[in-house]
Amino acid sequence: MKGVAVLVLRRIGSAAIVLLLVSAIVFTISSLLPGDAASEMLGQSATPQAVAALRAKMGLNEPAPVRYAHWLGGLLRGDPGVSLADNLPVATLVASRLPKSLLLAGLTAAFATPLALALGILAAVRRDSAIDRALSLATLSMVAVPEFLVATLLVLLFAVKLRWLPSITIVPEHPSLWSFLRGYLLPVLTLTFGVVAQMARMTRAAVIDQLRQPYAEMARLKGLSPARVVLVHALPNAAGPIVNAVALSLSYLLGGAIIVETIFNYPGIASLMVDAVTSRDMPLLQACAMIFCAGYMILVLVADIAAILANPRLRG
Amino acid sequence: MSEAAIDIAVQEPAVPPGGPPVGPLGLGAAWRRLPLSGRIGALVVAFWLVTALAGPWIAPYPIGAIVAGDVFEPPSLRHLLGSDYLGRDVLSRMLTGARYTVGLALASAAAASFMGASLALLAAVSARWIDEALSRFMDAMISLPSKVLALVMVAAFGASTPLLLMTLAVTYTPGAYRIARALAVGLNQMDYVQAARARGEGRFYIARSEILPNMINPVLADFGLRFGFVVLLLSGLSFLGLGVQPPNADLGSLVRENTSGLAAGAPAIVAPAVAIATLTIAVNLLIDGLSGGRLRAGGTGE
Amino acid sequence: MSGWVEVEGLQVCGPNGPIVDQVSFQVAKGEVLALIGESGSGKTTIALALMGYVRGGCRITSGAIRVGGRDLVASRERQLQALRGAKIAYIAQSAAAAFNPSLNLMDQVVEPALAHRLMDRASAEAKALDLFRALGLPSPETIGRRYPHQVSGGQLQRLMAAMALITDPELVILDEPTTALDVTTQIEALRVFKRVVRDLGVSAVYVSHDLAVVAQMADRIVVLNNGRVREQGAAEQVLEAPADPYTRSLVAAAQARRPHPSGRVEDAEAVLELRGVSARYGRGPEVLHDIDLALPRGGSLGVIGESGSGKSTLARVVSGLLPAASGEVRLAGRTLAPTVGKRTREELRRIQIVFQNADTALNPAHTVGRLLARPVALYEGLRGAALEARVRELLDLIRLPAGFANRRCGELSGGQKQRINLARALAARPDVVLCDEVTSALDTVVAAAMLAFLAELRRELGLSMIFISHDISAVQEVCDEVAVFYAGEIVERAPAADLAQAARHPYTELLLASTPQLRRGWLESAPVCAPANIHR
Repeated sequence: MKGVAVLVLRRIGSAAIVLLLVSAIVFTISSLLPGDAASEMLGQSATPQAVAALRAKMGLNEPAPVRYAHWLGGLLRGDPGVSLADNLPVATLVASRLPKSLLLAGLTAAFATPLALALGILAAVRRDSAIDRALSLATLSMVAVPEFLVATLLVLLFAVKLRWLPSITIVPEHPSLWSFLRGYLLPVLTLTFGVVAQMARMTRAAVIDQLRQPYAEMARLKGLSPARVVLVHALPNAAGPIVNAVALSLSYLLGGAIIVETIFNYPGIASLMVDAVTSRDMPLLQACAMIFCAGYMILVLVADIAAILANPRLRG
Repeated sequence: MSEAAIDIAVQEPAVPPGGPPVGPLGLGAAWRRLPLSGRIGALVVAFWLVTALAGPWIAPYPIGAIVAGDVFEPPSLRHLLGSDYLGRDVLSRMLTGARYTVGLALASAAAASFMGASLALLAAVSARWIDEALSRFMDAMISLPSKVLALVMVAAFGASTPLLLMTLAVTYTPGAYRIARALAVGLNQMDYVQAARARGEGRFYIARSEILPNMINPVLADFGLRFGFVVLLLSGLSFLGLGVQPPNADLGSLVRENTSGLAAGAPAIVAPAVAIATLTIAVNLLIDGLSGGRLRAGGTGE
Repeated sequence: MSGWVEVEGLQVCGPNGPIVDQVSFQVAKGEVLALIGESGSGKTTIALALMGYVRGGCRITSGAIRVGGRDLVASRERQLQALRGAKIAYIAQSAAAAFNPSLNLMDQVVEPALAHRLMDRASAEAKALDLFRALGLPSPETIGRRYPHQVSGGQLQRLMAAMALITDPELVILDEPTTALDVTTQIEALRVFKRVVRDLGVSAVYVSHDLAVVAQMADRIVVLNNGRVREQGAAEQVLEAPADPYTRSLVAAAQARRPHPSGRVEDAEAVLELRGVSARYGRGPEVLHDIDLALPRGGSLGVIGESGSGKSTLARVVSGLLPAASGEVRLAGRTLAPTVGKRTREELRRIQIVFQNADTALNPAHTVGRLLARPVALYEGLRGAALEARVRELLDLIRLPAGFANRRCGELSGGQKQRINLARALAARPDVVLCDEVTSALDTVVAAAMLAFLAELRRELGLSMIFISHDISAVQEVCDEVAVFYAGEIVERAPAADLAQAARHPYTELLLASTPQLRRGWLESAPVCAPANIHR
């Protein structure tokens, strides 16, 4: 078990290093801009004196490494600065939006993951059958469809033609279950469309990869049924890759939500980030980017640790 | 949006003992090996390439001209795809917009694949620390979702066409690098590279003559897929108003500018979105067909 | 006599036509039948067909397979499932790959009995324990709780036998069950298999490419080539009086070879010398300890040992691909730098290495002409017509037509590729050639031809050579002297011709005693000696 602990700690350590690198990359890119935060805030009519005063106040005259260290320190303390657009602490803005994004992602994950695993395993068990071919072609196409087309078609169908559902998501303070479902169904369906296809493909690939191993042939030669070969023999070995596939697909929810939140006017962290880009609100943008990256790292880390724990070679 | 899936599929390249099949394959031979879905994909991709080249000349109306009697007209013989929110001909605007979508995506995917493959070759034949440093850096880039990275870059640099091209290329270089590096490192361990090393060959010769010829085909396949991702990302950015800027418009911008027609169910919003989907689906089908169903199988292949 | 297993006119087709065609044979109850053939002979396809199983993309297109009266070709998949693992059991080539890495061994061994509902878990485990004891597995009470990666290859092979025998099958198929093992491990496994098959009185089909192994195991032999039966009959008859020319070439290739007397070895100077060389990979354990070797000019030194003995590491150290941790390599009296990068081009030219597998050693992107021209251009600076002439000369040297220069290796046979692999080394006009297991990826007959060719080249060109192999008879055929490697050390040095008489170290004796001989009854007469008893 000691070996496992070391492995897990090492993974966490390297994730932290990657996160640190990302923060440097994000900071560097967003500091390369020609203008600067002070003149952005004061607008074009500001006097040079006012800009200079604000620059000094905001610490923009410091060299870049110092500003980076300052920003990173704030980030670690949970204070990523003040939004330029509406002068509110970034932390406050993020705190109001993050739970909503997590809710959307959570609903989608809860809906998409079982569906995708079932489809992926079904395709693997019945591989090269008509079902498998149809599923493969369908998922291959589904991953290539832009989210805004899916969203547009869903809205056209359910909101415009059938008038069953609202075309934007309004989240009331204390929703009834029905209004909650009505509000979330379209964005969740749109996100699910891409995620399920991707997750099912990777699950199928992971299981089939195991079915190609000699031990799977041996299991068949022992007289086991195809279902037992997949469930008892292939799945435990595919668990690592499948968890990894789930994590990677779910990390897509973070990026994919950008379009979906915008289309459905959903007040989550992704639409906050789009607003930050439009208004060139760098502190807010940096914080959002770091949140997305941290989300990705956490997912991948969890998958990695799960894979380590599932592997008897590593369990020792 | 399918990057992760594809990355997994190609991450562990199955290099058969003799390396991947190489040598010039005639177009005819490639066509004969393609399954039906791959042939359909090839035809649709070819259609869009031609459209991107010839679009403005075959467009029935000037792109900027308000030619229809009303906004959001339904399809008619005069306007096959109806009119847009200003009363312009949708088909003409799409034929012109395709040039931005296809052209920008081709250029930036080519740049991403070229940079990714070059850096991967460098990493494979260089000292350990260069490989380590490059790979750590690329890992960090990959852990930023591509849309997020692109947004940060657009916010920093703006969305003029050259900068947009650079943003798209930089966004997809890490993915191209990761796949090409896995290939190059695998090939680097082949006995024929060891033999070249024992013979006293230089690094440049080994990279160019021993490794590169054997990774060119998978890298080309990856380029095709990456082209599809770029189309999706570019359209997404334009849809958000952060991509191609007016008065120019790509297919994603057309979807954005016509959102007000959604309630009317106008073809002005659906047609460009469907057009993007046909292009990206066709690319996936074509690459899947060329790689012998490896993509559809989702596995690493035999 | 009608057999208990009957195969009649069997044809199995793959995507590119028949893999197995018109194959007929019978196995009587309690008899051991061997299917022998080289790669591509269809022997594994036939073995699997005996379980009603074909691999993806293949199907049985005609013929009949009857086992104990049941027609397998006409059976439904469900009926076949009931048969597999219960009445007909399979022992695969690589136990390491055939065991599921994430299930413990006991679960896998009792699985056939439980899946076929032949017994309850407790009695299945009790039976497994009996089998573990019968198969001579260490600590039989606890070995079942381990995972596959925690036991050795030889033990895994015996555990697989336990898994096959737990259901008391009527027919056991052994598919190259010892090919992945070292010779000293193989002999133990062979003894166990033979005893168990005899004791239980089951019928067995033994698939192998190794005639000497088959000679110990089989009552009857079927010789296969390109998916067809070339000859079949009682083992004695096939081995001692083969009727078919192909069988004769197989038997001739498997016969103990007469050492070729070397040409001209002057004891005078050593062209290559190793002094106190140790080596390790990265920060791993030392794989070579304090090696001293000398190769006289024109001499040929055989390096023999099992996997992990450090023999291939030796070639990498000499060629400079792996720097020695300590000690020095001297070429014609001058010390070489430890790594390729620090050696001069002339030094690199004088030592050439030939890798085991031509498929991975020759770049598939290049033509044969380019492969052979590169070292010539690199070391001699030849261009144009002179270069082409030299390439033709090299092709001529390895008895290949000049037209081969325009072909790629993918189009060539295994033997041709290996000769090109050798020619590329000769293109440098080296002083020393390091041959690393150059015959082990080849089929028996092709390997025999390759050895004869190497011996001939040595006489013609006066090459100095280090010949690394796990195969004693191969080493004896081309070498003057033999160094036996064991756990990274040289435990014995002796003249190749009379290694058997000169051997002093117990490991050498074990190696000699474990190497299968074509003689029937060799297995019974071989002295029992476990590798564990050896002390360095």
